[in-house]
Amino acid sequence: MRALTWHGKHDVRIETVPDPEIVNPRDAIIEVTATAICGSDLHLYDAVIPGMQRGDILGHEFMGRVVDTGAKSTLKKGQRVVVPFTISCGKCFFCDKQLFSACDNSNPVEKQDVTEALYGHSVSGLFGYSHLTGGYPGGQAEYVRVPFSNVGPIVIPDGFEDEQVLFLSDILPTGWMAAENAEIEPGDTVAVWGCGPVGLFAIQSALLMGAARVIAIDEYPGRLALARKLGADTIDFKQTPVLEALMEMSGGFGPDAVIDAVGMESHGFAPDTVMDNIKQTVGVGADSGHALREALMAVRKGGRVSIPGVYGGFLDKFPLGALMEKGLQIKSGQTHVQRYLKDLLDRIREGELDTTFMISHRLPLEEAAEGYHNFRYNQNDWTKVVLKP
Amino acid sequence: MAHRNTGYHEGDDTRGSPEMWRVVLFGAAAGGVYYLARRTRQSRRQRPADSAPQYVRQHRSGGYAVTGRTVTIARPRNEVYAFWRDFTNLPAFMENVRSVDVTGDLTRWVIAGPAGSEVTLETRIVEDRENDHISWRSTSGSDIDTQGSVSFRDAPGGRGTEVEAQIAYVPPGGAVGRWIAKAFQKEPAMQGRRELKRLKMLMETGEIATSSNRRPNA
Ligand SMILES: NC(=O)c1ccc[n+]([C@@H]2O[C@H](COP(=O)([O-])OP(=O)(O)OC[C@H]3O[C@@H](n4cnc5c(N)ncnc54)[C@H](O)[C@@H]3O)[C@@H](O)[C@H]2O)c1
Ligand SMILES: [Zn+2]
Ligand SMILES: [Zn+2]
Repeated sequence: MRALTWHGKHDVRIETVPDPEIVNPRDAIIEVTATAICGSDLHLYDAVIPGMQRGDILGHEFMGRVVDTGAKSTLKKGQRVVVPFTISCGKCFFCDKQLFSACDNSNPVEKQDVTEALYGHSVSGLFGYSHLTGGYPGGQAEYVRVPFSNVGPIVIPDGFEDEQVLFLSDILPTGWMAAENAEIEPGDTVAVWGCGPVGLFAIQSALLMGAARVIAIDEYPGRLALARKLGADTIDFKQTPVLEALMEMSGGFGPDAVIDAVGMESHGFAPDTVMDNIKQTVGVGADSGHALREALMAVRKGGRVSIPGVYGGFLDKFPLGALMEKGLQIKSGQTHVQRYLKDLLDRIREGELDTTFMISHRLPLEEAAEGYHNFRYNQNDWTKVVLKP
Repeated sequence: MAHRNTGYHEGDDTRGSPEMWRVVLFGAAAGGVYYLARRTRQSRRQRPADSAPQYVRQHRSGGYAVTGRTVTIARPRNEVYAFWRDFTNLPAFMENVRSVDVTGDLTRWVIAGPAGSEVTLETRIVEDRENDHISWRSTSGSDIDTQGSVSFRDAPGGRGTEVEAQIAYVPPGGAVGRWIAKAFQKEPAMQGRRELKRLKMLMETGEIATSSNRRPNA
């Protein structure tokens, strides 16, 4: 089959690789009909997440048709499914608590040693990501082997276009969980760093959950315009000092809740960012955390901090004092995708959520490398790329 | 029967930044461990015992190397005990065990050795308390002098069963012995940790997770 493979920093290629086959009883094989490039893929593209290997197949946002099933899969050939990027067994303590991205049994044991050394515990397997999370071949390919197919995939009824439901695989539930983790109360002002796909879905979700006002922060006019269309106010951090602006715009309070939808590759030339970037480049596992530091400084006393943005290592100059002295509360995590699928599919059906507005480009899978390049370097116009095998 | 995931070769890890990470991490960890070990050795003698299992602070005991690990399995205690007690089940999750042959109290193990060689081990059950505890010891005819035990306890809060496994062994002389010593000493707890996690996967989900896209050629 054809698949997008990783070969190092800024080097991804479409190659012919062996087709996947059923290995374990709960497996299913999916023929991919649509897949997308995610901001998380950019961390791999930029080689700032440890544990990648040459030839790894990328992609964790995908959907398609079931073409083969293992003896214990509950799927049937021909069904159309969206597959969560988190791989979860459905049987362990964590799956039982609906903490699907913490699943104990989906990350192969021989991959867990390094993760344990790095994080204290291993985490669930993820598709198309680092070997710290299992090194599972991903969905930017013609076919994917889906383990525990009786737990993850959601069957899509007729009447939905692929593009309407594709983002159930990751960024829609991620934006939703980001807003849920902000524990929004009526009258709240919520500030969102990053107007990429995750930030945009977080904005939409926060407004649906009753935020009185959402303030979106980014540097790209194209992305800020999408945020405004959703009903957010905006701050362009290239022309306006963010902290001061947020204080003034919230009547001197600071936002009640803040959402970091930027993650470990925060942009800009603030002194802390420059230092972070130097450390990131020399590979000492330091994350760039300007947005997160700013969010912790901005949020009001006793406020809520939600971190959907991905961090992989250690962060310097973390304002722990602000966290403690202001009595803040932090929630984070890879999304527990399976937890939200049914509810969000209903909301798409009811028209409560617009899921396609951010798609800027549609490319054949063969042109995926071009998609990566542009999604990385032309972020103003390239907001979300959908690939068709 | 004990074949599994061969799609990803450990050796592949030693390329590019992942290797750097390992070096950095294990380097830091090793430094820390050395420092702590020195400190603890100096101060342990005067300290009253705490509640942690002994193998956590002590990896040698009377000429034996000791390693242990506990895992919680979300299955009832009798089920986990019964699965383990049937030693022919063990190769399903123990990577290096090629085969197991049981006759009464005696068990013959064939273990994968270096360069395709095989090590045989004969053990006798020393103690067997149903749903609670099994311990064994190698007989004099074995290539390795080893003893081990596994205990089963109800986990708190209905979380299933805590399985605590301990192995102690004296590596034999000769080339095989050196290889075994190296294999165990390199990452003392790693093998045991991996095996208990595989057992957990098997008992909780009925399968052992692999990111390999292809079945191993049997
Ligand atoms: N928690 C999860 O499960 C999960 C799932 C998907 C994505 N993510 C993560 O969410 C983050 C965003 O994903 P995305 O797909 O939207 O990525 P993206 O790269 O498209 O968007 C990031 C946006 O942040 C903006 N930004 C950069 N620095 C900023 C700063 N200092 N202040 C404000 N904005 C800044 C960029 O201009 C860009 O528009 C990534 O870290 C991604 O890995 C997490
Ligand atoms: Zn993603
Ligand atoms: Zn699980």
